[in-house]
Amino acid sequence: MTGSGFETSKRTQRRYRAEKRFKALCIAALTLAVVFLAIFFGDMIRKGYSAFAQAKIQTEVTYNERSVEIPLAAVGEDVRKLVSRGWLRLIPKQVEANPELMGRTITRWIVADVQVDQYLKGKHHQLDAEQQAVVDRLVEEGRAELGFNWTFFTHGDSKMPEMAGIKSAVVGSLYTLMVTMLVAFPIGVMTAVYLEEFASDNHLTRLIEVNINNLAAVPSILYGLLGLAVFINFFGVPRSSALAGGLTLALMTLPLIIISTRAALRAVPDSIREGAFGVGASRLQVVAHHVLPLSLPGILTGSIIGLAQAMGETAPLLIVGMMAFIPDYPTGVTDAATVLPAQIFTWANEPARAFAALTAAGILVLLAVLLTLNATGVILRKRYERRW
Amino acid sequence: MATGQVAFYFFAGLLPLVLVAFFTGRRRALATAGDGHLHSRPGYYGWYAVVWLAVPGLAVAFGTALLHLMGLASLPVPMALTASLAAAAGGLWLGLRTVHPDLRARNIVESTVRWLLLAAALVSILTTLGIVLSILFEAVRFFQIVPLWQFLSGTTWSPDTAFLGGAGRSGENVAQAEFGSVPLFAGTFMITAIAMLVALPVGLLSAIYMSEYASSKVRGAAKPTLEVLAGIPTVVYGFFAAITVSPWVVTIAEGIGLEASYSNALAPGLVMGIMIIPFVSSLSDDVISAIPHSMREGSFALGATPSETIKKVLVPAALPGIVSAFILAVSRAMGETMIVVMAAGLRPNLTANPLEDMTTVTVRIVDALTGDQEFDSPETLSAFGLGLMLFLVTLVLNIISLTVVRRFHQQYE
Repeated sequence: MTGSGFETSKRTQRRYRAEKRFKALCIAALTLAVVFLAIFFGDMIRKGYSAFAQAKIQTEVTYNERSVEIPLAAVGEDVRKLVSRGWLRLIPKQVEANPELMGRTITRWIVADVQVDQYLKGKHHQLDAEQQAVVDRLVEEGRAELGFNWTFFTHGDSKMPEMAGIKSAVVGSLYTLMVTMLVAFPIGVMTAVYLEEFASDNHLTRLIEVNINNLAAVPSILYGLLGLAVFINFFGVPRSSALAGGLTLALMTLPLIIISTRAALRAVPDSIREGAFGVGASRLQVVAHHVLPLSLPGILTGSIIGLAQAMGETAPLLIVGMMAFIPDYPTGVTDAATVLPAQIFTWANEPARAFAALTAAGILVLLAVLLTLNATGVILRKRYERRW
Repeated sequence: MATGQVAFYFFAGLLPLVLVAFFTGRRRALATAGDGHLHSRPGYYGWYAVVWLAVPGLAVAFGTALLHLMGLASLPVPMALTASLAAAAGGLWLGLRTVHPDLRARNIVESTVRWLLLAAALVSILTTLGIVLSILFEAVRFFQIVPLWQFLSGTTWSPDTAFLGGAGRSGENVAQAEFGSVPLFAGTFMITAIAMLVALPVGLLSAIYMSEYASSKVRGAAKPTLEVLAGIPTVVYGFFAAITVSPWVVTIAEGIGLEASYSNALAPGLVMGIMIIPFVSSLSDDVISAIPHSMREGSFALGATPSETIKKVLVPAALPGIVSAFILAVSRAMGETMIVVMAAGLRPNLTANPLEDMTTVTVRIVDALTGDQEFDSPETLSAFGLGLMLFLVTLVLNIISLTVVRRFHQQYE
């Protein structure tokens, strides 16, 4: 090679330009992913924040025999069309819960109709000019305002957007995840302990290992088919119940817990085990007294991340029927229940406009919980992880 | 009585018995030994008694529960509870009689624990068997109605008339239900392909940047940020695809003079691609970091720039790992459900235009099983036929991917 200095430097420049181009491309790829994340969160917040506020109207509510029969009669003519009919329908229940209310007239803030809510938020609404004037007058008198949407956190699902909330879905999620963790955590940890500490390297062990790796990659919807065929149709677990959903999710989370627990067990150095064997401990004692306590932070981190994944899962739960309309929260694991992601799915399919904001608000709550869970897992690992 | 209540009473009855068993077993061992020698530490005799208590108790409880669930025989709940607790107490009484100083309590307890652990490990095998059998069983019933060949090669999927046959209205004038799965798989492949067109370059280049260029500070910030993408539930991506990205696609398509459906295949494909980015990037990151440093140093010593090293040395060396990541990502995209259920169409449509609405295998499974059809109708059963296909395809992809990545790791060990 006898290239002149000029040519070489030209080629070098070209190579350096290629280098810069490639690096810029890599940065662009990473930026694209981060920008997407920002757009995504911005979009969800923009769509969802308004659902955390709710229109309320201050008016006189009359509790008497007539208003228990015909709830609309409980409020004055002027606001009758502006308050939530869903709220008025609760009047008989309120009287039942608190008989002292009977025969009294109380001035209180009550939930406004969804159209008033949309009007006050400056969104598309269906109030006519006359009703708008009434609402404007109420606002001027300080008798109508946007306040924090407590209904969203204290009510279950409803067909009326102003009365719909996430409470029954949150309770359903809690029951479901309780079942999931009660089943998946012990079985997962025991499997991992068996494979890492007890099993000899034979065909059965290898079969179990290959199996677990494959299970981790089976599409989640197939676990739904399993849950439907085995738990519901064969064992007769009630459809739509937290038990059916929890068991299905447990099987789905199991490989994740096993894999992370095995990694945590493997991180404990052999010198610990040998030391314990050296002073005469049996295998069970080595595991129970030394290896498990030392790997606990890693096991917990893996389980929390598995829990977060189970919490966001929807597809298998749709198959086992956990997308039912559940206005009241379930009181046991065999009651019909829904979970937060399924609630989001149900709301996303509602045609009424106000449900879009509720869906995004539900998503914000779900994301907040999931990010907290994942962050807890990561912090736990950072704080208690031991480098040997 | 609710199942939860029964379980509660059972464990509420068992728990004090466990405590009694542990302490009497321990005390009895100490008492029989006197000042002499015990084979195992006293606690093991306690656990030994617990084993004698729990095994018969749980066996009777699960036995009666299983008989009840399978409808073979049904004891009244209080009797079943009493029977299982009595079996537990009887077992404990028998067990305590065998406690003596030379009893190898530790060995017995440890082998019991070992069997227990093995039983737990077998749950994962049972899960696989459960998936295979439950899907296969119903799928066979489906293929008795619809010939396998018609299912695999038919280009029309219109199960909507299937329920009419069940209602006794299968007259001549009612269109025959058709179960040709080609359009469903075409939709699945189309959306998967779009997703991979997004995920592979972005994921791979991000991984390369993080492992080869980025300072540890940037890496420490970028990695968790990408992992947030992986932590977002699919139902949320589905909502985003349906309500934000689809209208964008339609607007942009109109802007360049094309017509797009609001449930086009492009929007769920793009969003699914973004969902898979962290998956591709973390797997690629693992394989690129696993390449020995000597290879990079050799290349630099010959005067190669970092990008030349990456393109000519690292990527070829990591290729098996990257291919394996790609295959796993494809398998995941094919099985993804919520995004397509919410953003893709329901209409089976055999087309190559991603702006039209297409449906996928998973959408049809959900649609068939969340409808209000009889469980035995061909449409419901078709979900299991599709599920079987999906399972087989993803299984093959996973096996290929695992084999490829194992070869790769063996190469650099």
